Amino acid sequence: MSDVTIPGPRREEVNRAGRFLFGAGIALLVLWVLVPIWFLFVNALSAPSEVTGFPKRFWPSFDLASVRFFWNFQGVTNALWNSIKVAVLTMILSIGMGAPAGYALSRFDFPGKEFFRVLVIMTRAFPLPLLALPLAVMFIRTGLDDTVLGLALVHAMLALPFAVLITFSLFSGIPVELEEAAWTLGCTRLQAFVKVVLPLALPGIAASAVFAFVISWNEVFAAAVLTIENRTLTAFLLQSLNVSPLPLKFAGGAALVLPALIFIFAVRKYLFAMWGIANR
Amino acid sequence: MAEIVIKGVAKQFGAFTALHSVDLTIADQEFMVLLGASGCGKTTLLRIIAGLEAPSQGEVWIGGRRVDHLPPRARGIAMVFQNYAVFPHLTVFENIAFGLRMANMPQAEVERRVTRTAELMHIGQLLKRYSGELSGGQRQRVAVARALAMEPDVILMDEPLSNLDALLRLEMRAELKGVLAQSKTTTIYVTHDQVEAMSLADRISVMNGGYIVQADRPTEVYRNPAARFVGSFIGNPPMNFLPASPDGAGRWRVAGRVFDGPHAEAAEFAIRPEDLQAASDGLNAEVRVVEPLGPHTLITAEVAGQPFRAVLESDRQVAPGDVITLAPVPDRIRWFDPETHKAIA
Repeated sequence: MSDVTIPGPRREEVNRAGRFLFGAGIALLVLWVLVPIWFLFVNALSAPSEVTGFPKRFWPSFDLASVRFFWNFQGVTNALWNSIKVAVLTMILSIGMGAPAGYALSRFDFPGKEFFRVLVIMTRAFPLPLLALPLAVMFIRTGLDDTVLGLALVHAMLALPFAVLITFSLFSGIPVELEEAAWTLGCTRLQAFVKVVLPLALPGIAASAVFAFVISWNEVFAAAVLTIENRTLTAFLLQSLNVSPLPLKFAGGAALVLPALIFIFAVRKYLFAMWGIANR
Repeated sequence: MAEIVIKGVAKQFGAFTALHSVDLTIADQEFMVLLGASGCGKTTLLRIIAGLEAPSQGEVWIGGRRVDHLPPRARGIAMVFQNYAVFPHLTVFENIAFGLRMANMPQAEVERRVTRTAELMHIGQLLKRYSGELSGGQRQRVAVARALAMEPDVILMDEPLSNLDALLRLEMRAELKGVLAQSKTTTIYVTHDQVEAMSLADRISVMNGGYIVQADRPTEVYRNPAARFVGSFIGNPPMNFLPASPDGAGRWRVAGRVFDGPHAEAAEFAIRPEDLQAASDGLNAEVRVVEPLGPHTLITAEVAGQPFRAVLESDRQVAPGDVITLAPVPDRIRWFDPETHKAIA
């Protein structure tokens, strides 16, 4: 054998460099997500005077003056209540339509099935700004403008693809033999669904409902365009952004982010399942 | 009384024909096994009888009632699935009680039947458990108990033992036979395992390519295959086949020897490996592989260039390369038409 050695880094050096890069990449991604959230909460939970101050303390002073100010601000509670109403209605609409579609996709073969699946995703292909103006005109004509139902309809359209996809993967994960066994044991199709499929799918359906809730809760564009008096919290904050003091913005931001964070964390397992990643 | 009559049942999946006009009558309390390789249509036929699949043509009658337009729940059947299909969100007790509750049976009767069938299947101590806490064999028992508790006219079983390991399968096979004989139901049992079929069945329907090739008692199917396929599918090792050429009326030349045979245009010679005896006069076989199996020895040889198997007494000393003479037992020789592959009487 020749004793030529190629000069260069040794194997363990390469490994160490790779590990360092990997760790640094992860740290960067984590910071990318966590720093804004930290910033939001540290300012929301500090005294108004501290909000403009620099450097920041790592732990907030837990002065609730900002939050109290936000809560007492004219129109905030009303907007919050609107947000909840729209989100709940979105949840009901998107699951009410999405779960049957997901079930049909997982259990039946019908002409145009693949086309339908593409079509469901396609609803997300049109940018909302493009749709907002014609929608606003149509809503004004039909009297749906500035109503909870009108906005919930638009949000349900945004949430529907996810509702269909999540419930589709959910129902596909339940063996069809369980339903067939129920049929042979005396169930109609509906009874088998209620007694066998639904109990097994319920946690996932709840997760998908929560996800729809969060989509509606966070949505700002349609809310800003389609409502005037009955603004949701996001639209309300956007509108009053340039007239409100900094502590209010931070407190409002935190109020928006907190439920979304909690909900997404609670249902993360099912969101992974939606993308086909094993969830156990 | 639950006689099952299948009249001209056919099934197409798009361009693929899974069943070609099948006719079959299964007597009350009979144990009928549908036997065939995967894709032969046996499961499709079972699912059509169950009502889980609609036939493209034909009629299904159960107990003198035409049922092919009825949903599964209205057919008086119970089914055991290959993967058990035990409901994971219910306890063993509630699984067995499921069908009884759907039939609005009083609680006392539900408890009586669940306890009785659970005892029968030896799962009485598992009634409070969930499916996730059971082994495969125990799940299988729950599935059978759930079907039996319905006291149905007909029990349909779709490869119920194929997911169990070999030892457990043997044990469950014997147990199933006993339990089903007691229950006096008509049973249709789908399997690809010929040993299972032979040991369980009153009658076997051998299926191939969407046709029922032969429906008869196990010994009959084994001894007198109606077609070449049956002989080559049933029996381990399967039947041997050799080409034959006519040698006068009713006489056929096979591998240089002359045998009495049918009066026909053409014929193919067939013999089971265990129907061969080592003798001084017979077919010359060149031994390729010798497999001692304990009670007997399996020989893989070559006769007239064709692979040929024989099962011999284990005290015979045979080595690869030997040329031995194998004499077919005369009344065990079978003849097939080389064109239609049907048996010639």
